[in-house]
This record gives sequence, structure tokens and C-alpha cells, in this order.
Amino acid sequence: MTESRFIYVTYIKTTPERLWSALTDKEFSRQYWLGAHCESDWKPGSPWKLVFDDGRVADSGEIVEADPPRRLAIKWRNQWSPELNAEGYSLCTFEIEAVPGDGGDAVKLSVVHSIDRPESGLIKAVSGGWPRILSNLKSLLETGSVVLPKKA
Amino acid sequence: MNIDHFKPLTVYTIYIASTPEKVWEALTSAEFSRKYFFGNSVEVELKVGGAYVVRTPDGSLHISGEVTECVPHRKLSFTFNVNWPELIEKLGPTLVTYDIEPAGDAVRLTMTEAHDRPLDDDILSGGRQGWPAILSSLKSLLETGEPLVVKMTPPERMLAALKKLGINTP
Repeated sequence: MTESRFIYVTYIKTTPERLWSALTDKEFSRQYWLGAHCESDWKPGSPWKLVFDDGRVADSGEIVEADPPRRLAIKWRNQWSPELNAEGYSLCTFEIEAVPGDGGDAVKLSVVHSIDRPESGLIKAVSGGWPRILSNLKSLLETGSVVLPKKA
Repeated sequence: MNIDHFKPLTVYTIYIASTPEKVWEALTSAEFSRKYFFGNSVEVELKVGGAYVVRTPDGSLHISGEVTECVPHRKLSFTFNVNWPELIEKLGPTLVTYDIEPAGDAVRLTMTEAHDRPLDDDILSGGRQGWPAILSSLKSLLETGEPLVVKMTPPERMLAALKKLGINTP
């Protein structure tokens, strides 16, 4: 296996449009990204970055694909750790699918984060982060509050 | 069955705004499980060696196994074998562990599905399709009072792989 990959699937009571907005709105992202927020205009080819609340750049890259509200793909490189930065660019994709439910909105969100190297430190790091961030996003959309208010 | 031979092949972590006691109750109660586990009910005798059983809505036995570790509100391990002929003979037992840990005021729930031999991704795809739906629904139930019921298609890739091995699924 020459690739490292982390996959996380969650189901959220929301609509694809609201979920796309939650993923791409800078101010909304501050609420669930655990001390950071996303910045981009979300057009293919445009720069993308994840910025800590103190202004330092956590990760940066470029929008590879943007097909609202279905699919988003980001080239993603870590900026705060020299070791993780040296691994280069990973690819993070978000797939949003409306799913049939019990008479209500439900969306399946699949996040696939991968890099072309085995035993990647970056993928190991994001494997811990994604369940936190996505659990926060689900709680925020369903209840109005995050489950983890700060890095826990 | 030697627990040491089991390796985690699927792991799913989710953070829930609830208490360890409530999460434990939701995972081990028939009434709760019917709401988030596709209508199936979990019946478990909470002691090492106790029976772990899942029944379909009509009462039929779907999954059966035995508790191997039980620390109330903290950890539950059990075998989790679907009731299909020759499944265990051909693929070995499935060992599921729930780890419940505090995370600030919330709970981190980690589900680990372990096996005693390497298994194809196709075989594992059924569990990988099911667990996120079950645990997302459990989270919604505990946080909002309502489960998030989604209609799932049968795990075709897994069913095809089992058929190739001569395991007849209904």
C-alpha cells in the first residue's frame, strides 16, 4: 500500500445546501473548527487555507474541484509542523448526498483524506481531527451548539 | 477464542454531547437500540460470558455473541456474529468493542471492529457502511431526542463477496 488514507462518514439532519454552506462559510466555520477557520472563494484553482484564531496559517493549498452542493476537493498541505509540511500535498474530498430518511432531511457526508505515501504523519494527525470537527459540525447543525467547544 | 489474535480492522470515533452513563444505556438497552439500530433490538447480559443478542423487528435472531469484557459506563467488548450459515467457520468471529471516555463535558465513543485474520475490504464494507449510520443516529437520539433514521440499501459489495465464499445470505 503506497497510499495513506482516512475516511470518515457521518449522517446529519440537514440539507445538502445547508451543509455546503456550513463547510464553506468562513464565519460559520469558526464555530466548529476548534480554534481555526477556512478561507477561500471556493472556485477551482483558487487558494485555500485553514487559519488559526491567532492568524497563523495551519494548512494551505488549493481548491481542485467545487461542485456545490455535491462535491468539494482540496489540495491540502500542513504549514505549522515542518515534519508534516515535508510530506507535501494531500487531497481532501467531501461528498454530500441527500439520503432517504423517515420523512425528513438527511445528508450523508463522506470525507476522504489521502496522500501518496505510506504511514503518513499528516493523515495520522487528521485522523484524530476529523471525528472531532465533524462531530462538532453535526451537533451545531442539529442542536445549535458544538459538542467540543475548544481543543479537547 | 484468543482475544490476542484479534486486530482492529474498522474503527469509528464520534463525540456526543451526553454522559458516559447515558451513552452506555443507549448502547445496551433494547428500547434505545430499536430507535437507532435499523429497528433491531440489542439484548445483553452485562457480565463476562453474558449473552449478546440482536433481534430484527419481528423478533428473529439476527446477531449473537458473548460479552468478553464489561466495565460499566466505560468499556464493553463482545463477539458479534451474524446468523448466516458457515460465516464464523469461513471468516472467523467478529469482536466489537465500545470505548466510552469523557472528553471535556462530552463523551468520546470509539467503536472498534476486530477480526482474528486479515479480511478483504469487500467483506468489511458491510460494517463500514453500517456503523457510521448506526452511531450517527445514536448521537442524534441522545442530543436531540430523535434518531436520524436513514433508509440504507443492502451492502451489495459485501453480500457479493460472501456469496463467492459460499456463504448464503438471506
